[in-house]
Amino acid sequence: MSAPATRPGVGPEADPVIESVVAERERRKDPLRRMIALARPRSARFALGVLLGGAATGSGVALLGVAAWMLATAANHPSITALSVAVVATRALGVSKGVTRYLERLVTHDAAFRTLAQVRVRVYERLARTEPFGRFRSGDLVSRLVNDTEATLDLLVRGLTPPLVSVVTGGATVLVLTVVYAPGGLLLAAGLLLAGLAVPLMAAALNRKPGQREAEARGALSTALVDTLQGAPDLVAYGAMDRHVARVNEADAELTRVARRDAATLGLSEGVNALITGLTVWGALFLGVLAVEEGTIGPTALAVLVLTTLAAFEIVAPLPAVASRLGAIRASGVRLFGVLDTPPAIAPPAQEGLEIDPDADAPVHVRGLRVRYGPEEPWALDGVDLEIPAGATVAVVGPSGAGKSTLASVLLRFRDPDEGRVEIGGTDITAYPADEVRRVVSGVPEDPHVFGSTLRENLRLAKPGAEDDELWAALRGARLAHDVEAMPHGLDTRVGSHGLGLSGGMVQRLALARAVLAAPRVLVLDEPTAHLDPDTRDAVVADLLAAAEGFSTLLITHDLTGLDRVDRIYVVRDGRVLQSGTHTELLAEDGWYRDVHDR
Amino acid sequence: MKPLDPRLVRTASAVRVHLAVTVVSGVLITGLILVQAWLLARVITGAWAGDGMDVLGPMIALVAAVALTRALLSYLAETSALHSAARTKSQLRRRLIAHVTGSGKVWLAEGGDGRDDSPKAGELVTLATRGLDALDEYFSRYLPQLVLSAIVPLAVLSVVFWADWISGIVILVTLPLIPVFMALIGMHTQQRTDRQWKLLSRLGGHFLDVVEGLPTLAVFRRAKAQAAIIREVGDDHRKATMGTLRVAFLSAFALELLATLAVALVAVEVGLRLLGGHMDYQTALLVLILAPEAYLPLREVGARFHASMEGVAAADQVFTELERRRDEGSERPAPAPTGRPSPTTGGDLRLSGVEVRYPGRDTPALSDLDLTLHAGEHLLLTGPSGSGKTTLLSLLLRLREPTEGRVEVRAPDGEWTPLRDVPVEDWRAGIAWVPQHPYLFDVSVADNIRLGAPDADLDRVREAARLAEADGFIDALPDGYDTRLGERGARLSAGQRQRIALARAMCRDAPLVLLDEPTAHLDPENATAVRTAVARLLEGRTAVIVAHDTGWAESVSGARLRTAHLPLLTERVSR
Repeated sequence: MSAPATRPGVGPEADPVIESVVAERERRKDPLRRMIALARPRSARFALGVLLGGAATGSGVALLGVAAWMLATAANHPSITALSVAVVATRALGVSKGVTRYLERLVTHDAAFRTLAQVRVRVYERLARTEPFGRFRSGDLVSRLVNDTEATLDLLVRGLTPPLVSVVTGGATVLVLTVVYAPGGLLLAAGLLLAGLAVPLMAAALNRKPGQREAEARGALSTALVDTLQGAPDLVAYGAMDRHVARVNEADAELTRVARRDAATLGLSEGVNALITGLTVWGALFLGVLAVEEGTIGPTALAVLVLTTLAAFEIVAPLPAVASRLGAIRASGVRLFGVLDTPPAIAPPAQEGLEIDPDADAPVHVRGLRVRYGPEEPWALDGVDLEIPAGATVAVVGPSGAGKSTLASVLLRFRDPDEGRVEIGGTDITAYPADEVRRVVSGVPEDPHVFGSTLRENLRLAKPGAEDDELWAALRGARLAHDVEAMPHGLDTRVGSHGLGLSGGMVQRLALARAVLAAPRVLVLDEPTAHLDPDTRDAVVADLLAAAEGFSTLLITHDLTGLDRVDRIYVVRDGRVLQSGTHTELLAEDGWYRDVHDR
Repeated sequence: MKPLDPRLVRTASAVRVHLAVTVVSGVLITGLILVQAWLLARVITGAWAGDGMDVLGPMIALVAAVALTRALLSYLAETSALHSAARTKSQLRRRLIAHVTGSGKVWLAEGGDGRDDSPKAGELVTLATRGLDALDEYFSRYLPQLVLSAIVPLAVLSVVFWADWISGIVILVTLPLIPVFMALIGMHTQQRTDRQWKLLSRLGGHFLDVVEGLPTLAVFRRAKAQAAIIREVGDDHRKATMGTLRVAFLSAFALELLATLAVALVAVEVGLRLLGGHMDYQTALLVLILAPEAYLPLREVGARFHASMEGVAAADQVFTELERRRDEGSERPAPAPTGRPSPTTGGDLRLSGVEVRYPGRDTPALSDLDLTLHAGEHLLLTGPSGSGKTTLLSLLLRLREPTEGRVEVRAPDGEWTPLRDVPVEDWRAGIAWVPQHPYLFDVSVADNIRLGAPDADLDRVREAARLAEADGFIDALPDGYDTRLGERGARLSAGQRQRIALARAMCRDAPLVLLDEPTAHLDPENATAVRTAVARLLEGRTAVIVAHDTGWAESVSGARLRTAHLPLLTERVSR
């Protein structure tokens, strides 16, 4: 399996214009087809699975056909040798159905899991390349993205395998029956196509309208419910609960009315399927009896024809479920590609491989920086100027929504400036590859993540191969060493999901220890005290500032704890710097800083 | 989990109707299966014996009639199942809503009752909509098959016994083996899966973990290196999963193998006896056609079990919720409301030795509190978080009852009476409440403001908004007072939401005002506007203002201001 980077037009070396044209063409394709293309199923294993599935379903149909032949032959009382092959075949088919079905499920699941493992890598690589972190804000989106990736399993096992199995078995059965009696074969082909293809398509078309109506009614109910349950305290206090429960009940009545009215349409496919099955069997019987009467076929062929037709509808039984399954997978595809199609958050540097001088000082200058999240959006940063001199500690403070985190994401190269520039040592950071900037500028991002692994692995992220001594030193720097010593397995303690839950303060300290271990020249700390209670906040900030000794540090925060110890403070509101100065200077002047401080 | 929850049958009348319909149609369908099998065997045998269309024609026509009837029957059954599902969902939903908004109001007011297993509002919404929708599958697919799996095998078995007792015995022996084997294998699988579960969920959750942590990885330039690890873990995950699946699929294997093998055995045994002249052709065909039908419903039930159990699980959650806190209904009959605000809200209030203790906690949230509030007085209540300020407010709102002590009220010129003797509706009708995070509803601005005074006309709403410093930004909204606010008032900023809540309180025009940290989280400009509005609201009213610190004292100044400090109770037990 080739790595995605080698695909034409998508590799990093590709011409950006061609890349965007290819991407545009790609985007317009059906999301379901794109899901299949993303999966690129392991064809050999997958084909084996389909064949085994065909053998399983085929065994069931053949069992009845062979048994019918055996009985019809036995009815004429030939010698036992005439039946021996049929007897053996019947027994073999009785066993083979179960066995091949079992093998089919193992093979297709194995192939699907292999494919999933690769799809995960492909999705991950694309995310790692485009870094659409702006959309990561809602944790919901990330888990949905992951679930949509896992839909690959469903696509292969329940979406693609059953129709292919039906085609293989259906084709073979029709072929055999055509040999027995051509009109019978054609009749069965028509019946199978109707039941397996036409009815699911009809059902999908018929259900679209009711589905929409129901979704609307459900949406209204959901809104009324959310309002009533989440606004319950306000409703209770203002004596308005009864009125709102009545509103919910009205929405419920409407949904029920819609559902009951549409039941007549939704139930149709079940009835039509039963009708097609019954009439095909009837047709086979009718044609067969006529043919026997005319002498075209013998009575043995009649028994085979009718009983095979009777059993053959098992072939298309799984197909109605496939239609809705594929619909769900298409919806997954729409969401998944909605994220994957996001263009890279930052443009590649004009010149490859430029490096930041490792020995020179690296003061950071932000000049006239403007950033917004879309052409229609307001400016998140609207002309910010600030300076982080080498070795200094600078704080950016302001209310939430002021654009502080946007500043951090520009410095960490999560996004490009729209206007203005950020310089390190006098050079625009967009001239360097993102990872080169992050070698120099690193720290604690917004909501640092604790990985479901050991503490050691969580720390080593920042410095692969670091010795335990270094890890302990970093932990001491972040005042986390005592807590870790108290843990049952020390550095080997599992944390994160499925591990020991860390408190908010400990997570921040762990993130800080990582940052210390990475030892960047410019340390960016984005809201390191978010989600902490006031007492812990004081302790964490004190530790942060102590640990940041020797780095150039940018502390981004919404509260004023510990700001008396930083070299310079910038007050940012609505994307602009309102005030700047030291703690004492800012307290001496009228403005936001003093207002908040005195509150 | 039970395939048919007795509580479901007991609670929802729609379920009983559905069960009756399903049983009737199940019996009819079984009859049709038997008739069709007999007709097919008879016609094929007739053609073999040399009968022509003249003899067989009517029977062939009957086959068509059977097909039509069966189609009609399954259409009606499906439609009726969807009807019943819709009605059942509605019945369960309404009971759930009535329950959680009635007796469950205490925990709703606090967003969960502090117990780990109590669902949040969001989960309840999902349960009441999407969760219950899974019942469609259960009603229209699973229950009918369950009924068929009880009727068809028995009917088929009886007919086969009547036609040929030897084949009957083969089926009789193999049929019960299927559930027995499935249960045995299922138990074994469960044990194995349970043992593997931790490993599997860790491996399965790895991808989510890495994607969530991608920004962190990027900061440390480790993002690209993770791809190889994802591949490796994916491989481990596959191996571990396949290990479990090899066992898990065994139960379906046993089902499939036994069912098909039994049919093959019957076919061979019938064929050989037919050959030996111990049986006639028509009976042999009848047995062969019927034998698979005996196993089919069992297989279908097995195949649909898991998908359908989602619906049962959702119903189960609803019942759990309905049974929760039933004990918390008040022991004493509540005094009947008069429909008017209680005069006591305009009078004095006295707490003596009040204690509030939350279930499952060792330390009380409030303890030994004595407090008197005189009519017209403004009480500023400060204290660190955790000192019980919010608990005190919920006591005054009567979302909670004190576990110890007395709360008494006195109407102007009246006698002291216990608060619990005042009808709760009348008491609340005299209160205006401005919470820390007011909830705005997805209705118009005007309707949001008149929440506590549904009859207020637009002039009164406008006046309330003006007093609350909210008229400016409301007029700037696209449809002014008719603008819908979107879910949770998404259109507005925190400060604007706070001012709408103040307008709500103004419009309520109640003698007692409760304020919960009204300017926390607000920036200075908004805070100033809110303070101005609060000052207006307090004029001529009794008020309790809860705040983190005393910064409020200046803005609510006035002769009637009194400050009380709630100390932090000893360390709360951390859970």
